[in-house]
Amino acid sequence: MSEHELRVSKIRNGTVIDHVPGGQALNVLAILGIDGSGGEEVSVGMNVPSDRLGRKDIVKVEGRELSQDEVDVLSLIAPDATINIVDEYEVVDKRRLDPPEFVEGILSCPNRNCITTDDEPVDSKFEVLDDEVRCVYCETIIREDLADHIDT
Amino acid sequence: MRHEHLVTAKQLSRADVEAVLDRAAEIAANPAAVRERHSDALLGLLFFEPSTRTKMSFETAIKRLGGDVVDMGSVDSSSVKKGESLADTVRVIEGYADALVLRHPRQGSAQMASEFVDVPLVNAGDGAGHHPTQTLLDLYTMREAADGLDDLTVGIMGDLKYGRTVHSLANVLTNFDVRQHFVSPESLKLPRSVRYDLHEAGAKVREHTDLETILPELDVLYVTRIQRERFPDENEYRAIAGEYQIDEETLEQADDDLVVMHPLPRVDEIAPEIDETDHARYFEQAHNGVPVRMALLDMLLENARGDAE
Ligand SMILES: [Zn+2]
Repeated sequence: MSEHELRVSKIRNGTVIDHVPGGQALNVLAILGIDGSGGEEVSVGMNVPSDRLGRKDIVKVEGRELSQDEVDVLSLIAPDATINIVDEYEVVDKRRLDPPEFVEGILSCPNRNCITTDDEPVDSKFEVLDDEVRCVYCETIIREDLADHIDT
Repeated sequence: MRHEHLVTAKQLSRADVEAVLDRAAEIAANPAAVRERHSDALLGLLFFEPSTRTKMSFETAIKRLGGDVVDMGSVDSSSVKKGESLADTVRVIEGYADALVLRHPRQGSAQMASEFVDVPLVNAGDGAGHHPTQTLLDLYTMREAADGLDDLTVGIMGDLKYGRTVHSLANVLTNFDVRQHFVSPESLKLPRSVRYDLHEAGAKVREHTDLETILPELDVLYVTRIQRERFPDENEYRAIAGEYQIDEETLEQADDDLVVMHPLPRVDEIAPEIDETDHARYFEQAHNGVPVRMALLDMLLENARGDAE
C-alpha cells in the first residue's frame, strides 16, 4: 500500500472502493445510499494522486458489502474502480468492475412522459452504452449526473 | 418476418421491410384473394388517445381480411379512467382478441405492453416515440413513387424533435442506400437518441435549418407539422412555422420528379396548390395504410397461429 493511500485510514471489515475517478466519491456514496445518517463508518479520500488515473477518489466503508445492483451502478460512473473486500484488515478479495449490459430497477427515467414513470408494474431498465445509458422503454439517453437518477 | 410484436420500426430489418411491402403490393393488386383469410380473427383496438384515422385504417384492414374488431372505446368511458394500469388492461383484452393495436400517449408504452401479452401487439403510436406502421406505409409509398428504396436522397422537414413518424422513418431508412437530409428549426432538431441510432447505423446524414440549399438534390421531401403547442409564444411559432411551409414557388427549385409526402393531418405546411401537382403523394400515402396494415396483420396473425400449433 502506498504512502498516499495510508492517508485514508484502514478499515477492519468492509469494502474499499478504489480507483474511483477524481470527484466521484460523493456520487459513490449516493449510490450506496450513504449520507451519514445511518451511522456507517466511512472514510473518503478525494483527488488522491494515482499512477493509473492521475487523481482518484477512494471510499472505504466499514462493515458493509455491496449488492450486485450497487456494483452495477457503480460501474457506470467508475468503470475503472476496484472493489476490495477487507476482513480483519486484510484484503481477501479484489474485483474489477464489469459494466452490465442492462441495469434494471436502479435508475429512474428522467423523461416524465416515459411509461416507467407511471404507476405500472414494471421496473425501469436501461441499456448500458459506452459512456451513457439509455432507457429501454422511451430511449432517453442519460450521460451526465447518473447518480442523480438513482432510485432510492 | 418472424416478429411476435411490432413495437418500433427499428426492429425491422431490410428483409422484414421488403417482406411486408411485397405482401402489401400483392394484396393491393388482388384484394379478393385475402377476403376470407382471417375470417375468425378479432383485432383489439386500444386507443388511449384519439386518432380516428389510424384507428379506421386498422379497422378497415382487419375487416378486409375477413376479421372484425373489439374496441375498448374512448378513454373517458373505460376503466382506464378508474385508474387501471395499462399492463392490466392489455392482459384483460388479450383474452378477447387475436391481436392488439395500441395507441398510448406515453413513450415506451407499447414496449411495456408487449412484455405482458402473448398475442401479437402492434404499436400505433406511443407518445413522441414510435409509429412503425406509419413508417411501413411511408416506405411503401416511397418505393412505389421513387421506384425502389435505394440510391435515394430524402429530405425530412419540420418537427424532428417530437415527430415520432420521423424517428421511425429515419431509423428504417438506414437499412437502405439513402442519403438523409434533416431540415428543421434549431429548437426542433433530432433528439439525441435518434442521432445515436443513426450514428451507430453509419447513416449518411446531414442537418440543415433551411430547405433551399438541398432542395434541388432531393428525390423525396417528407414534410411534418410543426405543432403550435411546442411554442410558449404564438409569434415565435408563426415566425418559425412560416419558414417550413412549401408552395409552388418553393418547389420551383425542385426536381420535376420530386415526391412530396406528409403523414397527415397537415395544417398549412403544404399549400393546397401542391395537391394538384405530380409531386403530391400524401393522400395516396394515407390510402396505402390499408394494404400495408393488411399485410402486417396477415403476417403477425400467421406467425401467432404457427406458434400455437
Ligand atoms: Zn424512459
